[in-house]
This record gives sequence, structure tokens and C-alpha cells, in this order.
Amino acid sequence: MTEASTIAVGAEAGAPTAGGSADEGRSLASDAWRQLKRNPIFWVSITLIVLFIVMAAVPQLFTNVDPNAAVLKSARERPGADAWFGRDIQGYDIYSRTIYGARASILVGVLTTVVTVIIGVTMGVLAGYYGGWLDSLVSRITDMFFAIPLLLGGILFMSTFPNDENSRYLVVVGKVVLVMAVFGWPSIARLMRSSVLQVKPNDYVQAARALGASPWRIIRAHVMPNALAPVIVVSTINLGVFITVEATLSFLGIGLTPPAVSWGVAISDALVALRTTPHILLFPSLFLSLAVLAFIMLGDAVRDAFDPKSR
Amino acid sequence: MYKYILRRLIQMIPVLLGATFIIFAMVYALPGDPTIGLCGERPCPAAFVANFREKHGLNDPLHVRYLTYMGNLLQGDLGTNFRDIKVVDELAQRYPVTTKLAAMAIVFETVIGIVAGVLAGIRKGKFIDNLVLVSTLFVISVPVFVIGVSLQYTFGLKWPIFPATVGSDATVYRLVLPAFVLGSASIAYAARLTRTNLVENLRADYLRTAVAKGMSRPRMLGVHALRNSLIPVVTFIGADFGGLLGGAIVTERIFNIQGVGGFLFTGIRNRDPVSVVGTVTILVLVFLVVNLLVDLLYGVLDPRISHD
Repeated sequence: MTEASTIAVGAEAGAPTAGGSADEGRSLASDAWRQLKRNPIFWVSITLIVLFIVMAAVPQLFTNVDPNAAVLKSARERPGADAWFGRDIQGYDIYSRTIYGARASILVGVLTTVVTVIIGVTMGVLAGYYGGWLDSLVSRITDMFFAIPLLLGGILFMSTFPNDENSRYLVVVGKVVLVMAVFGWPSIARLMRSSVLQVKPNDYVQAARALGASPWRIIRAHVMPNALAPVIVVSTINLGVFITVEATLSFLGIGLTPPAVSWGVAISDALVALRTTPHILLFPSLFLSLAVLAFIMLGDAVRDAFDPKSR
Repeated sequence: MYKYILRRLIQMIPVLLGATFIIFAMVYALPGDPTIGLCGERPCPAAFVANFREKHGLNDPLHVRYLTYMGNLLQGDLGTNFRDIKVVDELAQRYPVTTKLAAMAIVFETVIGIVAGVLAGIRKGKFIDNLVLVSTLFVISVPVFVIGVSLQYTFGLKWPIFPATVGSDATVYRLVLPAFVLGSASIAYAARLTRTNLVENLRADYLRTAVAKGMSRPRMLGVHALRNSLIPVVTFIGADFGGLLGGAIVTERIFNIQGVGGFLFTGIRNRDPVSVVGTVTILVLVFLVVNLLVDLLYGVLDPRISHD
């Protein structure tokens, strides 16, 4: 059934492209995949993302310097043979700090995205598929959270539940994830709702209902596979945005806090020394921007692949 | 049309109540004692603390305080904060500054964003298109505070073209750099959105017809393609206004602007719930009204969308 429905969309979108391989009935997903494989930007972003994930999982592969080993006498050292990226104000090895910093940023980005997608998709499907009073209720709740800017909500929440030096690593990260998820899900919910509204009137959904399929089955097998593409694209791009917001919260002194090593913390620490030793700022920002860029490019590539009009 | 506006206004009420309650609950849960620091370097006398708590209603349960606050709000009273300053007065001084900043950011967004997007769109795949794509990606991927601090250092200190900080006198000239920083990410988004829509519309049948009829290129682009391509951009810029007010927290901190963002941040830091809730209430209200206006504008720009 799933196959049939995706093929229907694929055929409708006029799937076959140049090249003459006339295998009829390719699904939208496999067509998109063929398109993706030919896109060099896709491979660049995937390579970067895999690199950052490995960095986050096993930083020891890249460096054997302890990120918390401060050599105060050579603080603010320029890049050199001793420390590749130089040393920061506390005398930490910037290369090692930057490698270890990947973990917090990637973790925050990935977890926040997962949570926002779960909440947003659930709410969006409830509102879009069932409609009526449930739609009104869910939409108003979505509007409430949507009306509070992410950054403002983040500052308030993090001030209400502050961290201290003794907070456990996962608690610190968890709080940042929680607050960004609480104020980040509404955009996904809105997107999913409109996407479900577009899919719902299609014949295959009506047919499934006529055949007596349960709402759960219709949602799982017919609505979801066809309505999820825009959410996947936007979530991929949002992942990068969340990494930036985490850094911004750290800049304001309320995101992740010093025992945690993160790009955001490193960047905000570096700002005081911007005039004299800009290299301290350069490396963590460079890594952060590369990570954000990788996710945005991946999102763009996936969108182009799923959108036949852009070819 | 009027029915639609009325319905939207009614829908706004629960949203406003809900959003302010979320803020209210979080602000009053802020840890710490608000009387700290009010009596110099010694703890306040017990009688003063008791009086203070009574006066500001800190002994009442949350919902009572919220209802009292909302009751006052309906009469236009935003309350008096813990430092005995009327929040209305403070906001009346600060909102114009932030509004000016946000409006200038929107001007940057509209002018630079749309021009860059159009240039990229009509020369798809050429050098300028790639230049716009790469530079917008660059701007989006760098956090706004890094852009802010770097530009402040480059154009404020190293080559002092613009003042590095704004201070109490927020003139248009002084706000140029902060407004550009505040709008930077949105400039990039607006440019990308314009390009995507223009490229899509340039391939539409109605434009092919226009070309076939022998319409001049400027007229085809300006009247037919652009008007249709800009509808989503207008929506984006309108919806972005609320985000700009929030983003002002960071920009105002970097450039020392005496606006709402700075007021909010110090309010949160000083555990001053009255100021914070008042500021946010106005902010949410502005956001909702602007969104409604954008939706109405949408109907004007695109006659296919009717609100009847």
C-alpha cells in the first residue's frame, strides 16, 4: 500500500528525467535518491557531517591532548608546532578544545531536532488529520509557543533553571535541549499540519478509508510517508540553527557553562581577546560554521531532490 | 473580510493569554530573592522584606497574581517594578529605539535581500548567482553575535567608519551597523527566498506566454514575475518582525543600545518580573498584530487567497 501511494505521487510529479532510463513506476523516494547521488553538494555535506559525528563520538581519534589541561604560562600562544591552533586565554589547547567541543554542539543539535520533530509531527498530524475542535485547540497552543521568540524563551528558561559548576554534563545539555525543543516545535507543527492537509484529500487516502483502514493505519501508511518530506528538509536546516542558538545562549552566559566544552562557550570566551588574539575566536567559529553549513547544504540538497520543479 | 478580521482578533485572545502566562510562570519561578541589593551591602530588615512582599503581591498564589496583573493590564497599567519605576514609562522610552532598529533592519532586508535575490534569480547558474548563494550561506552559518562583534571591531575600532557603540542617543546613523547586524541572517534568507521563487516563476507558463507575445524583458520581470515572486518574501519579512524584536536582545547588548532587548535582559538578570512580563506582553501583542496584517496583505497581493 505504501509503495502504491508513493508511486502515485511520483508519477504525478512527472518523475522520469533525462538519461532515457525508462523504468516506469519509480517511487518519489528512489527518484530523489538518484538525484541526490549525482549532487556533489550532497556528498560534501554528508562527508562533513560524518566527520563531525565521529569527532563528537570519539574525539580521542583526533587528538590526545586533554582539553582541560591549562598551560597558563603559554596562554594566548599563536598557532604553532606545540599547539596547532594556538592556546586560549586560559592556556587550553584550542585544537583539542575545538575537537572536544563538537560533542556538545552536535548532541544539542541532534537531540533538539529529534524532540522537535516528534512533538511537531504529532501535533501537526493531530491538527491536520482530525480537524474540527482538535485542530483549533492544537493550533492555538502552537500559536502560543510560536509567539514567544526562541531566544527570549531560552534566556528566560535558562535563567529560571540556572546551571552551576556541579551540574552533571547530561543535565546541562538536557536543559538546553529541553528549552529549545519547547520553543522550537511550533514551526514544525505548522508545517506538518499544512502538509497533512495537502495529502489528506488525495484519492489513495479516500480509498484506504473506504476499504475500512483504521485512522492509525491511514496515518502511518499513507499520510506520513507523503507528508514528511518538507518536515525532513526543514528539520535538517533547523539542526544547524539550533547549534547557533546554543552558541548564542552561551554567549549570553546562560547556555552551556564552562565545565562543558563547547564551541559556543569557546567563542564567547574568545570575544574578550578579539582585539589582540583573534585566532582564539577563529577556530571554534570556523568549526561551528562548517557544521551549520553542512546541515543547511544537506537540507537544500534533499529539498532539491524531492522537488521536481527545481531541476 | 470583517468577519475574518474579527475571527482572527478573537483567536488572538487565548494566544495572548497563554503566551503571557507561560512567561509569567517562568519569570516568577526565577530563583533568588528580589530584595537582595535593595538595602545596600547588608541584608534588608525583616519588616522591609515583609512590606515589600506584601506591596508587590509576592505572597499571593501564582494564578491570583496573574489575574490581578491581567486586570491591571486591561486598564493600560503595566505595573510598577521592584525599583519603583513605572514599566509604562520605561517602555515608552525604549520601544521607539528598538522599533527604529528593527525597522532599519527590515529596510536592509528588503533592499539588499530582494536586490541580491533578483540578481541571482535572473542570472541563474551564472557567477552572480553563485556569489549570492555562497555569501548567503556564509552569513547564515555564522552566529549573529560573532558577526556583530567582528563588524563592531572592524568598522567601529579598526577603521572607525561607524560608532562602535550607540549609547543613549540612538540616531539613525549610529544604528546603521547594529541594524545591519540584526538583519544579516534575514537578509540572507530573503535573498534566497526571492531567488527560489523568481526562478520558479520565470519558468511558469504565463511568463512564457508573455515572452511569446513580445513583451519587453523589464516589463515581464518587473510586473509579472517579480510581483508573484515577492508574495512569500513579504510574508517572511512580516513574520520576521517578531524575531527581530527577540534578536535585538543580542544586538543591543553588543552595541550598548538602550532598547527593549537590553531592558529585558537586565530585567531577567535582576529578577525583575514586572518589567519582563510587561515588555514581553507588548512584544507578543505586536507580533500577533503584525502577523494578522501580513495575512491581510497576502490577500491583497494574491487575489486567489480570499478571506471571506
